[in-house]
Amino acid sequence: MKRIIYREWRIPPARYWSLLGILASVVGIGALAFAYMEHQGHWVTGMSNSVVWGTPHVFAVFLIISASGALNIASIGTVFRKPLYKPLGRLSGLLSAALLMGGLLVLVLDLGRPERLVVAMTTYNFRSIFAWNIFLYTGFMAIVIAYLWSMADRHGEPYNRPIGIVATFWRLALTTGTGAIFGFLVSRQAYDAAILAPMFVVMSFAYGLAIFMLVLMFSFGEEGRPIGDRILCRLKNLLGIFILGVFYFTLVYHLTKLYGAKNHDLVGWLLLDGGIYTFMFWVGWILVGGLMPLGIIYHPVLSKDRSWIAAACALVIVGGLASMYVIIIGSQAFPMQMFPGHTVLESGFFDGVQGAAAAYRPTIPEVLLGLGGVAVALLVTSVGVRVLQFLPESLADDVLPADEEVSAQQPAGAGA
Amino acid sequence: MGKTTEMKDHHEPTDQAADSRPADSSRRAFMGVAAGVTAAVVAPGVVLHSVTAAPRSEAVAGDVRWGLLIDTAKCADGCSACVDACGRENGLDLQSKPEGAAQAHWDDQKAVWIRKVKLRDNQTGRVTNLPMMCQHCEHPPCVDVCPTGASFKRADGIVMVDRHTCIGCRYCMMACPYKARSFIHEVMEDQLTRVPRGKGCVESCNLCVHRRDFGEASTACVDACREAGHEAIVFGDLKDPESTIRLRLAEMASRQIREDLSLNTGVRYSGI
Repeated sequence: MKRIIYREWRIPPARYWSLLGILASVVGIGALAFAYMEHQGHWVTGMSNSVVWGTPHVFAVFLIISASGALNIASIGTVFRKPLYKPLGRLSGLLSAALLMGGLLVLVLDLGRPERLVVAMTTYNFRSIFAWNIFLYTGFMAIVIAYLWSMADRHGEPYNRPIGIVATFWRLALTTGTGAIFGFLVSRQAYDAAILAPMFVVMSFAYGLAIFMLVLMFSFGEEGRPIGDRILCRLKNLLGIFILGVFYFTLVYHLTKLYGAKNHDLVGWLLLDGGIYTFMFWVGWILVGGLMPLGIIYHPVLSKDRSWIAAACALVIVGGLASMYVIIIGSQAFPMQMFPGHTVLESGFFDGVQGAAAAYRPTIPEVLLGLGGVAVALLVTSVGVRVLQFLPESLADDVLPADEEVSAQQPAGAGA
Repeated sequence: MGKTTEMKDHHEPTDQAADSRPADSSRRAFMGVAAGVTAAVVAPGVVLHSVTAAPRSEAVAGDVRWGLLIDTAKCADGCSACVDACGRENGLDLQSKPEGAAQAHWDDQKAVWIRKVKLRDNQTGRVTNLPMMCQHCEHPPCVDVCPTGASFKRADGIVMVDRHTCIGCRYCMMACPYKARSFIHEVMEDQLTRVPRGKGCVESCNLCVHRRDFGEASTACVDACREAGHEAIVFGDLKDPESTIRLRLAEMASRQIREDLSLNTGVRYSGI
C-alpha cells in the first residue's frame, strides 16, 4: 500500500490570492448588507410579521445542514471502516467546520438584536430546541476540531475512531435538531411533522456531499492532483443514493400531509396553486435538485464525464436551496388555519383573506448576506487547505487503499 | 374611550435617598467632600430603582388568572374601537412608515397587538366578526420555543416578552398559532414610557400589563368596546368563581380558538 501524503494546496500565488480576493469581496459585501439591515431595521427586507424568516434563513439552514453532511465522508472512513474514504477525512472535517461557521454567521447576523448574542449564550430556556441547538452547534465545532487533530496528529490516532463515533452521533443530533426547529412547530400546517427531522438528516447527506465533491474536484483540478475514477465513482454513486433518499422522504412527507383532510388545502396549494413555491418545488426541488442529477449520475455515458458529475453536484446544491426556500418560506406563506371551515373575509393583519398566501419577495441585502455566509465557508476552507495539510497529494486509483475493510491480519493492499 | 395619555409610572424622586449625607464635623473636610461627591454620583441610580420598585414590590401572584371573553354576537362589523384604543394605550399608533417603504409591505411589518377578523362559515354562510390578539395560553408555544426565556408567562397568566433578553430570533412568531406576535422592523423614535419599544424585538398583547400592576380593572380594548356601546369583550379573573367573566362563561357556550392544540387559552370566544 502506498502511503497517503497530505500536502498544502500550492496553486500559483496569483491565482490563490485572486480567489481569496473574490471570496473576501463577497464576504465584505455580505458584511455591508448586514450593516445596512441592522442599521435600518428589518423593514428593508422582504420579511414581515407573516413571513418572519426569509432568505437569510434559507442560506443559513442550508449551510448548517450541509456542514453536517460534509462530515459524512470522514465518518464513512473512520466509523464505518471504509479505508477508501479515509484520505478524504481531513477535507471533510475542515469543510464541515467552515460550512457551519458560514451558516451560523448568517443566522446570527439576521437576529433582530445580534449584539445580544451574549444573552443567547448565557441565558437558556431548555424547553427550546433552539437553545439545545446552540449547544449542538458549538459542540459540533469543538468535536470536529478534535476529530481533525486525531486525523492529523500521530498522538491523536488512538482517539480517532472514538472521536469519529462521537462526531457521527453528534452530527445526526445536530441535523435532527435543525429539522426539529421546524418539525416541532404545531402552529403551522406545513411544519408540525416529525418526519422533517429525518428528512433534514438525509438532505444534509446529499447537500453536504455535493458541496464536498465540488470543493474536492475544484481544488484537485486547480493544482493538477489526480483523482482516480474509483473514488469519484463511489462518491457519485453515494450522491445518487442520497438524492433517492431525499425523494423518498419528500414523498412520505406529502403523503402524510395528504392523508389528513385538514391538510388537503395545504398540499393542493403547494403542489398546484402556490405560484413561486409550486415552481420552486417542482422545478427546483424535484427536477433540478433530483431528477436531473439522478439522470446524470446513472447515465451510462455522462456519468463518466467529470464535468457532468460536477454539474450534477451543482444541480443538487441549487435544488437544495430551492427545497429550503419551499420548506422555510413557503410553509410560512401558507395562511395559518385558525378557523377551519371558515373563509376569512377581512382581517386587520393578513390572516389569509380569501385564502391568500402571505407575500414575500427576497431583497438584495438578504441574498447578499446569505452569499456572504457561503463565501465565509469557502474562504475558511481555502485558507485551511493552503496553510495546513488537508489535501492528499493524490487520489489516484493506485494510491488509494482498497474499497472495503480488510481483516486485521491482511493489511489493506492497494495498487492492484 | 380608553385611557390614553395618563402616565402612572413616572419617575418621581423620593426624598430620603436623594439627600446627600452631611459630613461629620469631626471628620476632615475632604472626607465630607468625598462623601458628597459619591452620594451625588450614586444617588440618582438609587432613586430611580427605589421609585420604580416601590409600588410593585409584591410579586405577581398565581391566585388570579387574567383572561378575556369575547361575545362575537356583540362584536360589530366595521367597528375598530378596540384596535384604535390598543394603539393609543400601547403606543402602537406612534409607529410611522419608514421613508421609502411600500405601504402594503409596511402594513404587514408594523406591530399589531389586536386586529379585527371577519369570517364566513363555508357551509352556512354565517358571518362572524371578532377581535384577535394574544390568547394568553396556559401552555404557550411561544414560551416553549424561546431560546433565552424572554418570552414568558407571568404567574397571573399574562404571556409577554422581556425586552431585555429578547434577541429578535422570531422563533416565537413561528410558533404562535394565532399570529399574535409582531416584530419591530424599524427604528422607533417616539414611544411611551409605560410601553418601551425597540427595533429588533418581538412583542404582543400583554393585557395592558401596566394597568394590572396598578390594580385597574380592565384593559384598553374592553373600555373602548364598552364606550362604543357593544360590550363584546369582558376582562377578568378566570380563577374567581364570582368574577363577571366566570359568571358569563358559566351561562354561555364558549370555545378556544385552535382547541385541538390543548393550550388552554386565557381568551375565550362565544358564537364561533
